[in-house]
Amino acid sequence: MTMEQRTLDQNEYVQRTLKNKQEFSLKKFFLQWEWLLILVFLLVIVINTSLSPYFLNAAGLRDATMVFLDKGFIVFPMVMIMILRDIDISVGSTVALSSVIMATLYNTLNVPMGAALVICLLVGALCGLINGLLIVKFKELSAVIVTLATMILYRGIAYVILEDQASGNFPEWFSFFGWGSVAGIPFILIAFTILAIVFTLLLHKTTFGRQVYAMGNNDTASRFSGVRVDRIKVIVFTLAGLMAAITAIFLASRMGSTRPNVAMMYELDVIAMVALGGISTAGGKGRMIGAIIAVFIIGYLQYGLGLINIPSQTMLIIIGLLLLVSVAVPKMKVNWKFKKSGSKRKLE
Amino acid sequence: MAETAVESSNELQQEKKASKLAAISKFRELGLLAFIILLCIVVQIKNPSFMTLGNLTDMITNTAILSILALGMMLVLITRGIDLSIGATLALSGMLVAQTVSVYSGLHPLLAILMGIGIGTVCGVTIGFLVSKIGILPIIATLAMMNIFRGMTYTISDGQWISSYQMSESFVSIATSSILGINTLVFIAIIIYIIAFYFINHTRTGRQIYAVGSNPESAKVSGINQTKILVIVYSIMGGLAGLSGVLWVSKFASAQGDTASGFELTVIAACILGGVSIAGGSGKISGVILGAVLLGIMNNALPLMNVSPFWQSAIQGAIILFAVIVNALVKRGVDRNNLLRRKI
Repeated sequence: MTMEQRTLDQNEYVQRTLKNKQEFSLKKFFLQWEWLLILVFLLVIVINTSLSPYFLNAAGLRDATMVFLDKGFIVFPMVMIMILRDIDISVGSTVALSSVIMATLYNTLNVPMGAALVICLLVGALCGLINGLLIVKFKELSAVIVTLATMILYRGIAYVILEDQASGNFPEWFSFFGWGSVAGIPFILIAFTILAIVFTLLLHKTTFGRQVYAMGNNDTASRFSGVRVDRIKVIVFTLAGLMAAITAIFLASRMGSTRPNVAMMYELDVIAMVALGGISTAGGKGRMIGAIIAVFIIGYLQYGLGLINIPSQTMLIIIGLLLLVSVAVPKMKVNWKFKKSGSKRKLE
Repeated sequence: MAETAVESSNELQQEKKASKLAAISKFRELGLLAFIILLCIVVQIKNPSFMTLGNLTDMITNTAILSILALGMMLVLITRGIDLSIGATLALSGMLVAQTVSVYSGLHPLLAILMGIGIGTVCGVTIGFLVSKIGILPIIATLAMMNIFRGMTYTISDGQWISSYQMSESFVSIATSSILGINTLVFIAIIIYIIAFYFINHTRTGRQIYAVGSNPESAKVSGINQTKILVIVYSIMGGLAGLSGVLWVSKFASAQGDTASGFELTVIAACILGGVSIAGGSGKISGVILGAVLLGIMNNALPLMNVSPFWQSAIQGAIILFAVIVNALVKRGVDRNNLLRRKI
């Protein structure tokens, strides 16, 4: 075989595999979790519209979007964390701590608001960095226990700083974050969209993102193939802290004040959104777009239920059930597949 | 030559350090006990009302509920799980029992207790099923169930409290009465600990819990029914939480929607302080008792020492973090020590 022939063969082979791949993906394209999510999203809108005539109202929907979107910022890094097979339950406390520090700096220590905002972001990032470093330095400890401890610690520090007081009196322009809009579009939606694009590109189009997936699939193999696993983990957890601080800014701006008990149980909502978005808790699977759709599903679901006077306590039950179902369905599918194919042992 | 000398001295140092850490792990309970005594002395010097009979009784009865829950949590942690829902389970069972008592005031206290255990066990079995059969991560399953139970508590209570005047005399007296001269809460805790000691150390199922926790794969290969063990463990946890719900409501003479909210974190802290490994497979009853007692004393002592109650959460978080890190370092020391010994 000459050299030329060989390259020809190879080309043919490459083309054939490419074709196979394309056909394969076309078949599977409409069977993806994300399409199901869009279906659920439309269903939520249809049901809400039929339940309450006030739902499909541009101003109402706009305001609702402003209200639920603040949690959405934490969803981006949480997707990465869950792809890494970890979890971070300290994000709600990070929101509380960074907003409390920001308010105290501005109100008590007379730091200019701009500087307070920067420090708020730094505090959030620091909280995340501490989580990340502890998890990396003490491999024996799972992320669950580290973030559980810091969850209590961060919220505790917030209580130490502000006790049971609220701190507000922010400058006039600060309310722009929560309530302002540019050309009729809420500023928070613009910020969310920009960050969504940035994080989607980061996860799906960069080496960093591919390495996150690789680590989620096989941590050891990734380390041996030269991925700097520790560094990536620390970066991802720091991002989670940073995004929590951004949530803190939007939340404080929307509410006009902050207290140590803000953002209680945000972690549950965020984890529910990520799980509903099709990110497997077994790691290595799921896409950013799914989680983004899930943010809107849960957000509009809560808004619609609120419109028909369902109390917030019932909402707790619904979010809990939603989380369970969205985690259980893929698991059951896998179990069923294994049973069907006659395999005796489930893969964990 | 010099290099080898440095190396060997390094090794020697490492060995010394490792054996020191190993020694700590051996005398862990003793160290904890010493710390408790030291803490008591410090608190007593700061505030002489600490060692009075009234305060001590109050403290011990408070710790009784914590220690009952910590026992169940230990079993869950041993199987590499975690249960964040116990605060909510406790509230749900407490609320249901309190409502029953407010309607049927003639209900025998023992029946009330059994009812609480029943409700808690149902909650626990649900979680056990989700974790073992469907294979949901314990943290996610219990986080979701925590909200479901908490939401149910709010829904059935409709935001109302059940206060002491709605409860029967006999029900409130569960917490205040005494059996054989010991407060009933403490008595119940002691009984539970005796049963648990036998169950964990001397029955096949008890040993299988450790086996599942320390190596799930080999436990499966050696024919242990993992599903059964997990369901049992979470049901025990639920049952104990349900029991604690009744005791809690009886002790504080009120049932609210947010009863014991966040208490699961204190319970987990008690276990971790007591040396239960979150990686599964290890944990001793004596350690858990000491961990619970230490936290009980601390919760009681902080107000006595004029520490603002707002510090409590921060201190607790710092302690958990500290204890977890010390646990990890000690384990490293033990492992290194074992390796060194093998080399010789």
